[in-house]
Amino acid sequence: MSDSTTPPAGLPTAHQALSVKALRWRWIRKHPTLLLGLILLLLVAALSIAAPWLATHDPLAINPLQRLKPPSSQHYFGTDALGRDVYSRVIWGGRVSLVVAICVAVLASLLGVVLGLLAGFVRWADAVIMRIMDGMMAIPDILLAIALMAVIRASLTTVIIAITIPQIPRVVRLVRSLALTLREQLFVEAAHAIGTRLPVILWRHVLPNTITPLIVQATFIAATAVLTEAVLSFLGVGVPAQVPSWGNMMADGRNFVAVAFYTILYPGILLAVTVLAINLMGDGLRDALDPRLANRL
Amino acid sequence: MGYVVRRLLSVVPVMLVVAVIAFLLIHLSPGDPAALIAGDFATADDIARLHTALGLDEPLWRQFGLWAGKLLQGDLGTSIFTHVPVTQLLAQRVQPTLSIALLTMSLSILIAIPLGVLAAYRAGTWIDRLVMVFAVLAFSVPVFLVGYLLIYGFAVKLQWLPVQGYTDLSHGVWPWLRNLILPCVNLALVYIALITRMTRATVLEVLHEDYIRTARAKGLSVLPVLEHALRNAAIPIATTVGVGIALLIGGVVVTETVFAIPGLGRLVIDAVEHHDYPVIQSVLLISAAAYVLINLLIDLSYRLFDTRIRY
Repeated sequence: MSDSTTPPAGLPTAHQALSVKALRWRWIRKHPTLLLGLILLLLVAALSIAAPWLATHDPLAINPLQRLKPPSSQHYFGTDALGRDVYSRVIWGGRVSLVVAICVAVLASLLGVVLGLLAGFVRWADAVIMRIMDGMMAIPDILLAIALMAVIRASLTTVIIAITIPQIPRVVRLVRSLALTLREQLFVEAAHAIGTRLPVILWRHVLPNTITPLIVQATFIAATAVLTEAVLSFLGVGVPAQVPSWGNMMADGRNFVAVAFYTILYPGILLAVTVLAINLMGDGLRDALDPRLANRL
Repeated sequence: MGYVVRRLLSVVPVMLVVAVIAFLLIHLSPGDPAALIAGDFATADDIARLHTALGLDEPLWRQFGLWAGKLLQGDLGTSIFTHVPVTQLLAQRVQPTLSIALLTMSLSILIAIPLGVLAAYRAGTWIDRLVMVFAVLAFSVPVFLVGYLLIYGFAVKLQWLPVQGYTDLSHGVWPWLRNLILPCVNLALVYIALITRMTRATVLEVLHEDYIRTARAKGLSVLPVLEHALRNAAIPIATTVGVGIALLIGGVVVTETVFAIPGLGRLVIDAVEHHDYPVIQSVLLISAAAYVLINLLIDLSYRLFDTRIRY
């Protein structure tokens, strides 16, 4: 990080007198959204990692005598229709969302990079890959994920796959467009001229130059993934119903809006905060890593 | 004219890929699709019969050919679960979905574009910041949470509007509209956020152009200047509206569940529960076709916004 903050040679030397620590502080202060997003996300992550210790009840324990109890000192967020403790379930539910976020972002980026580079550098592959991507982009994400969930048995893994596939075209398009410009750059041409083989060129010269936009894109994909997982579970086609995920909890609370709104509200708030945190991080990263876009969106 | 023809033809490969994806869906499942459809209590005989009935004995390419041929004739197959032609099922469900989609789109455009222009014109002020905070929030807060907040506030507590359900348009405009207000406001929030961000960004960029400075310098008042700006920002905004259709269709599925509206979204969710592949395939095809068609129209209408474009 400190590398990017060091002013290039030729700028006034006042900056150079500052210590690395001061520079880092200045960098953070310049990007408050990034910091806010990071703090919120770390908070949610800490809650879900520490779930076994923070939870006051077994998230799966059913207690028919304690059905739909409003929030109290016994049950911080009340209980749901089966008497399960909403607070404990909300905390455990964060794990599902975070696992989905990370897996989908990594998987979609990896597959997208491979296909995108292929499309950018191999002419015949370009036409085939991009036609398929255009077709995939024409189907709304959520609908494609729902359709995929119809054919595969519901589990955390299949949900991750179903959410990843609709996200791949986005990465492919980004990487391909970057690859097309990089292909014409002098350093790539030079590498080609001295007889470097294509895989080596891609790995050493092209890939490093796609990383920055890719990180930003992956962050936004992670946010979409968290939302999509919740939507799928909410619609009853996501992770198996007994798994405490935020979407499942909100689906369970669907018939009790009037009597027990908190069963929907609390998982919903956590969900919103998580997605907001990741989106803020994405905005912040984009502004910080790509100054050309800083003032646009 | 060359461009128009080329653009029209470009729809063909996209829809072909969509059709292949929809077709392959049933073959993606591990194991025999016939067994999956027949359910857990089917005998081996049942499965074998279903296997033949679905044409699964034929080679894959032949199956696709037969299926696509029927599609082109407007035959979307028969529902496995209800044994009703899919076209008939779709016809029953299309009105609520179309109502929500069209109302939401009009509402969003009417609100988002002035909001985005305002934010761009007052860039850096508290109005701009407020608009942008709203845009980020609307993107992050899940549609169904907002939906339930609206139900809880306006239907349960204030009792101004019905909680859930749908009234057919044939019962009158007001009963129909009453049921659609909450779902449309709900769905519009995301769409408004999307269009507002894009409007603000492009208008902001245009406002820095020389001809805007000239327009201001010669003493034009605010509105004519903004008209200049908006005209030149129209194409990226229209593109965003088009791309956002995918977001809108996805949102409709969720909203229909929240507000218990019997539209295409509910249809597809019920179909997933029953492994009713012909229905799922048809909804995929129809929404993709809608998306492709609207974007085609938007692309072709660019010359309306920008008279410099001649195809």
